[in-house]
Amino acid sequence: MPSMVRRPFFWIITLAVLAFALAPVYGNDVSLRESLLLDALYITLASNLNLMLGYAGYVNFGSIVFFGLGGYICVWLVNSYKWTLVPSLAVAGVCVSGLALIFGLGILRLRGAFFALSTIGVIEAVQAFAENFTPWGGSSGIYLPASIFTPLGGPRQALWVIYFIMVGVMGASLYLSYAIKTSKFGLGLLAIGQNEDAAAILGVPTARYKAMVYSVSAFLPAIAGGLYFFKSAFIQPSDAFDLSLSTEALVVGMLGGQGTVTGVAIGAFLYEELRGYLLTSSTFANFQLVVSGALLLVIVLFFPGGLMGWIYSRFPRTQKVLE
Amino acid sequence: MTALLEVEKVSKRFGGLQAVKDLTFEVREGEIVGLIGPNGAGKSTLFNLVNGVFAPDSGRISFGGADITGEKPYKVARAGLARTHQIVQPLTNMTVLDNCAVGACFGRENLPLHRAYEAAREAMAVVGLSDRAHVLALHLTIAGKKRLELARSLAARPRLLMLDEVLAGLNPTEVEHMIGVIRQIRERGVTILMIEHLMQAIMSLSDRIVVLNFGQKLAEGVPAEVAQHPQVIEAYLGNPKLAAELQGSGEHV
Amino acid sequence: MLGILASIIDGVLVGLVYGLAAMGLTLIWGVMDVINLTHGVMIVAGMFALFLLTTGLGLDPYVAMLPVLIGGFFVGVMLYWVAIHRMVGRPPLMSLLSTFSVNLVLIGIGTAVWGTALFNVDVSLPGFTMGRYTFPGAHILAAILAAVIATVLYLFLQYTRLGKSIRAVANNREAAELVGIPTTRVLAISVGLGVALAGVSGVLIATLFPFTVLSGDGYQLKGFVVTVLGGFGNPIGALMGGIALGLLEGAVTPFVPVSWTLVIEFVLFVLVLIAFPAGIFRSRRGAL
Repeated sequence: MPSMVRRPFFWIITLAVLAFALAPVYGNDVSLRESLLLDALYITLASNLNLMLGYAGYVNFGSIVFFGLGGYICVWLVNSYKWTLVPSLAVAGVCVSGLALIFGLGILRLRGAFFALSTIGVIEAVQAFAENFTPWGGSSGIYLPASIFTPLGGPRQALWVIYFIMVGVMGASLYLSYAIKTSKFGLGLLAIGQNEDAAAILGVPTARYKAMVYSVSAFLPAIAGGLYFFKSAFIQPSDAFDLSLSTEALVVGMLGGQGTVTGVAIGAFLYEELRGYLLTSSTFANFQLVVSGALLLVIVLFFPGGLMGWIYSRFPRTQKVLE
Repeated sequence: MTALLEVEKVSKRFGGLQAVKDLTFEVREGEIVGLIGPNGAGKSTLFNLVNGVFAPDSGRISFGGADITGEKPYKVARAGLARTHQIVQPLTNMTVLDNCAVGACFGRENLPLHRAYEAAREAMAVVGLSDRAHVLALHLTIAGKKRLELARSLAARPRLLMLDEVLAGLNPTEVEHMIGVIRQIRERGVTILMIEHLMQAIMSLSDRIVVLNFGQKLAEGVPAEVAQHPQVIEAYLGNPKLAAELQGSGEHV
Repeated sequence: MLGILASIIDGVLVGLVYGLAAMGLTLIWGVMDVINLTHGVMIVAGMFALFLLTTGLGLDPYVAMLPVLIGGFFVGVMLYWVAIHRMVGRPPLMSLLSTFSVNLVLIGIGTAVWGTALFNVDVSLPGFTMGRYTFPGAHILAAILAAVIATVLYLFLQYTRLGKSIRAVANNREAAELVGIPTTRVLAISVGLGVALAGVSGVLIATLFPFTVLSGDGYQLKGFVVTVLGGFGNPIGALMGGIALGLLEGAVTPFVPVSWTLVIEFVLFVLVLIAFPAGIFRSRRGAL
């Protein structure tokens, strides 16, 4: 860890986090804050997905499950047990991580393609569960009363608090990605991603590492989910397990360059800006999925290294500084 | 000399093929043991059995006194046993240095990251890859990849190193170089079990030779003995050149 | 008791159609180790094609199978060239992503045009009555057609020259190239066949159940389950797997709300894979 602080990239992350935190404060710009909130969310989801995808080479189509489940646990605790925000978030994060660990130990025995397929099924299965589970409001979901914002100082202030926590979660995701990448654990994951059999023969405890990274990659997205749905004061299965959001996290990771910390962050940022533009332009509103799909196809066919792959090949020096 | 690796009555069948049958032999600490035999004799299968890739149907394998029969590959690696592959398995999109660091991190000594990089550099120096530390594995020549395979296993500071045809596909200069490297590795205290088809090389390197045919042990002894052994010559009879080489190298020892 | 038996029999009938639905998937998977994530949407395309052909042109549903088969073939060949050609031989992850992205595009277009509304194609055929239970004629006919198509496919693969080329490429692509088989053409044809099969199964499913643009996912998941149960690249295996799945569904649906069926199938899928990482009926080399 100490060695990480000395490296320049650590400070680049810190600067980015500070920029996010301070930009909307200056001038009390609420619409900027909302836009940056979504950016931070995308960066969080994509960075954590990247731990599985870019490092260990396992495609997790169902990463959205962490987000949705985290949302449900947090909202449920706040609604049914009158908990405040922060403890609910913490519990949501820990629960979803724990579930991921247990579940992961099972499905991570499946290799590459089969694992990916099971993650597609997970979304279906968990969504069906949420739709039938009455304590969670079934298919109608849960509505939160406005009183949830009182402990945070009223609705206006609550939105700022939520924003800062989200920026914190984003920062944590970036630091986490970086810390793992420069650690022994990360080296093992990269080896698994390159050649799992060879990695095992070299002594990498593949089953354990895969389960650990799967579990770790669940924690922050679960908290982000809790935050997001708390803020919306409403959660229902079709929103919580929205397939488009899951695929967008994937697209973003590939766009920026899977396996890179910077790439994922930049990719998330660019994509969210693009999406924001598309949504406001009425012709494109329905074509969100089409655009993500087309973009992903182009990237996979022609630029598998993503944006960072292209930058590294043109400007090799940057690879020493950026991760 | 104590036995480092003991293979006792090990058998393995794949469907209709008995790949290894009732095989018993040992490798003592500090030795270089050569494993030869015609193609399909079961040599690589034996490596896979020792290594944990497959579990034997029957028999026992112990390493350093501890039973490792059927253990998972990563545990066998942790115990101090490293191996190279006949068809090289580099971690393609990682640098030579990173490849070796993986070996060092997860091998016997379970080193932390910065110490692992030191061990990696040492191993690379022995093998002669130091000048290519930051080259991606996929950009290496076949000779380079073979060296990488060796360096990576060496970086784990194993007690026993199993080499699977590490000389295959190399030109004579490269073969000379590798032979020198293998001798150096032995001098560092690593025990070696090697599969090889290059007769002169393996005859001159090995302290002892074990000959396999159809999954069974055909003969065992010092190179000179084995080279004269009538059944061994007969097993290779389909290849008169090889038989002549065996005769020839027997004399040189 | 009899009710459960009837449910199971009906399940087997429907299961044969699931088997057909899986056949396209398992063919492409077996031949070039590519998992076609557009499979679900191609099934839906077949469903909508049927809807358009019956309402727009007034075609008989079963006659509509033919244009869907032909159209599906061409769509499949296009799919090969767009998303699969460059991915053959690359890590499976890449083809997953490329077919997935095409899937997104097609679903996006589908929802833009038809939204998430429920569609239905009316098929009324005399059923077969046994005591209190009637097996819908559409189910029976669909099952028969599925079995017929599967048999034709099997015979095609076993006895025709093209079929043998496909099996050769499935077995060892480099070797097939070396003996003069035009592998790229064979791969394109295989994908064409796979998608055609998906489309046709969509037609048959549409005669059984109502559907939306998003229905494909469920049938795709069933396709995966069937493939894992029946072996990769094996059409008869797919039929067997379909029957097994249909049997399971028939046995379970009287007791459990419909929305749980998918969850159960998914759990089954994962459990089977954990227990048998290569599928239950591991296809022997050349069993395609």
